[in-house]
Amino acid sequence: MLIITSGRLSQKLCKTVMFVAWTECELPPIHVFPRPSLTDISLREPAALSARVETARRAGAGDVRFRLTALAAALTVLAIFAGVITSLIIGAMPAFKAFGFGFITTEIWSPTRERFGALAPIYGTLVTSLIAMLIAVPVGIGIAIFLTDLCPRPLRRPIGIAVELLAGIPSIIYGIWGFFVFAPWFQLHVQEPVATAVADIPVLGTLFGGVTFGIGTLTAGLILSIMILPFISAVTRDVLETVPSVLKEASYGLGATSWEVMWKVCLPFCQTGVMGGAMLALGRALGETMAVTFVIGNAHKIAPSLFAPGTSISAAIANEFTEATGELYRSALIELGLLLFVITFIVLACAQFMLLRMERSKGH
Amino acid sequence: MLANRALYFRRRLTNTVFIGLSMSAALFGLVWLTFILGGLLVDGISALSPTLFTEITPPPGSKGGLANAIGGSILMSTIAVLAGTPIGIFAGTYLAEYARHGRLAFVVRFVNDILLSAPSIVIGLFIYELLVVRMGHFSGWAGAAALTVIVIPVVVRTTENMLLLVPNGLREAASALGAPQNFVIKSVTWKAARAGIITGVLLAVARISGETAPLLFTALGNSGWSWSASAMNEPMASLPAVIYSFATGPYEDQHALAWAGALLITATVLVLSIAARILENQKRT
Repeated sequence: MLIITSGRLSQKLCKTVMFVAWTECELPPIHVFPRPSLTDISLREPAALSARVETARRAGAGDVRFRLTALAAALTVLAIFAGVITSLIIGAMPAFKAFGFGFITTEIWSPTRERFGALAPIYGTLVTSLIAMLIAVPVGIGIAIFLTDLCPRPLRRPIGIAVELLAGIPSIIYGIWGFFVFAPWFQLHVQEPVATAVADIPVLGTLFGGVTFGIGTLTAGLILSIMILPFISAVTRDVLETVPSVLKEASYGLGATSWEVMWKVCLPFCQTGVMGGAMLALGRALGETMAVTFVIGNAHKIAPSLFAPGTSISAAIANEFTEATGELYRSALIELGLLLFVITFIVLACAQFMLLRMERSKGH
Repeated sequence: MLANRALYFRRRLTNTVFIGLSMSAALFGLVWLTFILGGLLVDGISALSPTLFTEITPPPGSKGGLANAIGGSILMSTIAVLAGTPIGIFAGTYLAEYARHGRLAFVVRFVNDILLSAPSIVIGLFIYELLVVRMGHFSGWAGAAALTVIVIPVVVRTTENMLLLVPNGLREAASALGAPQNFVIKSVTWKAARAGIITGVLLAVARISGETAPLLFTALGNSGWSWSASAMNEPMASLPAVIYSFATGPYEDQHALAWAGALLITATVLVLSIAARILENQKRT
């Protein structure tokens, strides 16, 4: 490979270029150095050249600094993550030493006797999230379908924007509304009639029986479902919009109904995306604190009735942490936090991988 | 022929049923959300008064405002944004400009997305262990640190996304002119993605302005307000934490203040998200 050097380059630069070219191909370099042309400024004015070299050198040094700053910032993210895990593990150590793995399987929670078990909060977290997902996923997907295909065009944007804005409303708002407005209404108009109606039916009687308080596991699940609803709708709508219109047009062309297009073409096309979005929502529901704390009732007890007050991991921490006296009590709460982090990590990691897979498959 | 007609009828029927279900789902969801916003407006507006911004939180049974809580929230959020934004922007830049496909970038991206949706109460526990235990007391600094940890992932995510939207031709053109990479990033790609990055910061502010869980055991709360320089070293009131403690308490006056605070937070979040949207749209056109 022949490098045609211009007179603009100084000899030294020229040699470098030749060397680079030489290392990249087998042919030996041809050392041709043209004589400096009359228009060459750099060789005639060495001062200008050295100034340029100096500028380039400084820019290069700035480059390294800048790159290292960016790298350090990226590593900070990793450090935070590592810090969260390490601090939780260190904080949970005393409780883990005292209770071992039995912590997860015992229900007793007695600060006065310093005996702690996480079963009730874990149960509460899982049940409230399950209720929330059972309601929010179908309804959320329904809203997304409505927004992508069925909604009259002029309404599509406003409703879409409203849903996205609602997804950003802080959870404490849902909590305070649930506590003051929803729970009393729910007790009066749903819980009491239902409890009296099903009192004698075997399974339903236990599931929806007992004294009604308004607040309780079911209420927490319902508030959670209302809270994650806009989130699921927004994510699913984004995913549904990635379906190529050619696919839809082709199926409509074959005579499919809107429902068939949606159910047999669009949803299968973005299955992983929808599932990933649902998993993200599940991650939120599991870790949600404020919306649940207000309405779950905070009782460390696994009651057979969904109307009964319970607790969740995050609610237990939020309620008791500042009042926890004694190292073991505090450590037990931190271990709860660690459990929560591990559970949500697994769920969120699955969600990430699903969304990643969808992105990859779209790329090809 | 008859079978065909039956099939046709069945398909039409299924279609109608499920379209109906989907529409009622949308209606159902929107009705609840309207209820929430409506309830918030009714109870919040009736509790609004100018004294909210001038008086500090009252003891039970007397009138007062939310001035110290609003001040604390603004102060801690500002510090969190000032501290978190540069880290977030640089980390996002690293992901988008330096190590797009590298293994480190993959890990950072993954961890960042986990942190983005990690339960915020766990962040609170982390800062408690890291700062509160070491300092020996709750403080505004700890609250600000917890919020910083929440700001960073939001900014990283949006910064990276926005930088990836910048066409490569711009970078190549700048490099071809001889600009070193840091110069290319600072004066070409950052500038091209500026609106998007600001959007990310606005979203981060919106996110932390309602965060309650991480503040409960970092900043704790404070029924007063000190104008001294050491204010950040003491426990500090914040709007969400005050709402939580007032709403769960038994006093009517405090309930009203909690509603007013909730309305303030919602208004702030909505204004910020709408501003972010407008900014984003401006960029697109």
